Amino acid sequence: MSLIAKGTWVEIERVLLKPEERAANLPEDTARTPYVLRLSGFLQEDAELGSEVTVRSLIGHDHAGLLRVVNPSYSHSFGATVPELLTIGTGARA
Amino acid sequence: MSGQSYAAVMARKNEIMKASLGIDFTDFIQSPIAFDYERMMGETGYSLEEVARIQAEAKVGNTPMYELKNLTAAVRACAAPGKGATILVKDEAANAGGSFKARRASISAFEAQKKGYRGVATATSGNYGAAVASQAAMRGLKCIVLQEVFDSRGVGQPEIIEKSRACEAYGAEVQRLSVGPELFYQLLITLERTGFFNASLYTPFGIRGVETLGVEVAQQVRARYGKDPDAVVITHAGGGNLTGTARGLLAAGCGGARIVACSVDLGGLHMASDHDFNRKSFTTGHTGFGVPFATWPDRVDVPRNAARSLRYMDEYQLVTQGEVFYVTELLAKLEGLERGPAGNTSLTAAVTLSRQMDRDQIVVVQETEYTGAGKHHNRQLSFARENGIEVRVGDPRENVPGRTIVIPERLEQVRGMVQDMDKLRGSYLRNAAKVLPAAQWTAADCAFLAADLKRDPDWVRRTALELE
Repeated sequence: MSLIAKGTWVEIERVLLKPEERAANLPEDTARTPYVLRLSGFLQEDAELGSEVTVRSLIGHDHAGLLRVVNPSYSHSFGATVPELLTIGTGARA
Repeated sequence: MSGQSYAAVMARKNEIMKASLGIDFTDFIQSPIAFDYERMMGETGYSLEEVARIQAEAKVGNTPMYELKNLTAAVRACAAPGKGATILVKDEAANAGGSFKARRASISAFEAQKKGYRGVATATSGNYGAAVASQAAMRGLKCIVLQEVFDSRGVGQPEIIEKSRACEAYGAEVQRLSVGPELFYQLLITLERTGFFNASLYTPFGIRGVETLGVEVAQQVRARYGKDPDAVVITHAGGGNLTGTARGLLAAGCGGARIVACSVDLGGLHMASDHDFNRKSFTTGHTGFGVPFATWPDRVDVPRNAARSLRYMDEYQLVTQGEVFYVTELLAKLEGLERGPAGNTSLTAAVTLSRQMDRDQIVVVQETEYTGAGKHHNRQLSFARENGIEVRVGDPRENVPGRTIVIPERLEQVRGMVQDMDKLRGSYLRNAAKVLPAAQWTAADCAFLAADLKRDPDWVRRTALELE
């Protein structure tokens, strides 16, 4: 596997609390899952995907975690068109 | 700093809060029930004029107010003769950061800078994150925003993903977290490690910051119409929007306006459920926050919450997700204003109110929010479909949160549901009795509870007996 270069913008993931360490009184479905952090930052050393790394966030704070994504980006959108919205307020009919 | 276990961190809550806020709440607390609310609000050290000046310097406030003539005409067309109050909207999307939350953030950021903190941190999945990040950016403060973003499949709510993007765009560190109330645990750890200021939504600073919104509403309506608004509709979640706006209206001598809260009905969905997380099309302004925060405000990240909605609320309406999406689309099509759906929750209730009110009356919708990818009603509806929710056109009364979203066919189907205020007040008293049994409430406790519920002490006593 190729190394990701130090300084690359990446996303890490870290388990903050294992299921058994979580708050009491959680709904059963949530209690089964770990409590997880994801955070983006600049990689502090050359590393492979999935390895334990440190990143430096936009405010210069260091965070440890597993290297998850290289060059994470936002791909959220306006979604598939919902035709039911199109005719509202226009008087037009589908 | 010692153990990082959930229990160990939560046990340090009070000391972490004190260090991160610079407020000693014990100064104001009089009993397990009562505290001196007005003195706490007064001792923030800011007058309304100072708040307005701080906000003007921080690109906040003095937002436009628009008359929604076409929407008002559409309501009148389906209202009884003589009915159909004029609907006005305060375009709070014009604030830096894109929402009214800038009013709260601006005072917290000013306070943090004044007290010499190097940065601010906040735990919020709402517009407040972008507001704090924006204010911190212009003050040269570092900013950390903690958000509940994704479920155990790793799927993020599109609206919250957009808010993550916005916070990073303003230079903040964004901690994206999975579903769970441990957001507060991670905030405590973050505050302790960084020594940053806790830009909580519920401090006196935050709420004082919203008072200018109420003052501006009073001033703008008077200037244009020569009278006070008859009703002001406020989207209700944690209670700060309502509390601050109502206090501002009162400060402007506008005590006659009916204060109407409005939330999206998400009844039946569990707010801490991993499964339910992505079955909600609204991440704030809904009953999952609105009801518990109204009926026990002190369930927050500060010892005493400055946002106390039942102190000021006259009426509480619930609307469905489909109704809000319909009205959001109408706002774009009829008025040429494309705004975010969550901010249009109160607009949806205003349609119902306008229909019931006389034509010569005025109902004010006191906010809008920005819209964009993710934070858009089309995306929320398409996302709902992707998550197995039925989306169809019909009668919104057939709405089932988490299962069916029904988009109204016609404006007259936008009806809302009025809530029983005394039932809410009763829930509050039940919660108070968990803190201190009602038999032990002193006269001072009853006076506090009466003020907190907009009722008299006799009603508090009587209702407490009935609840027992």
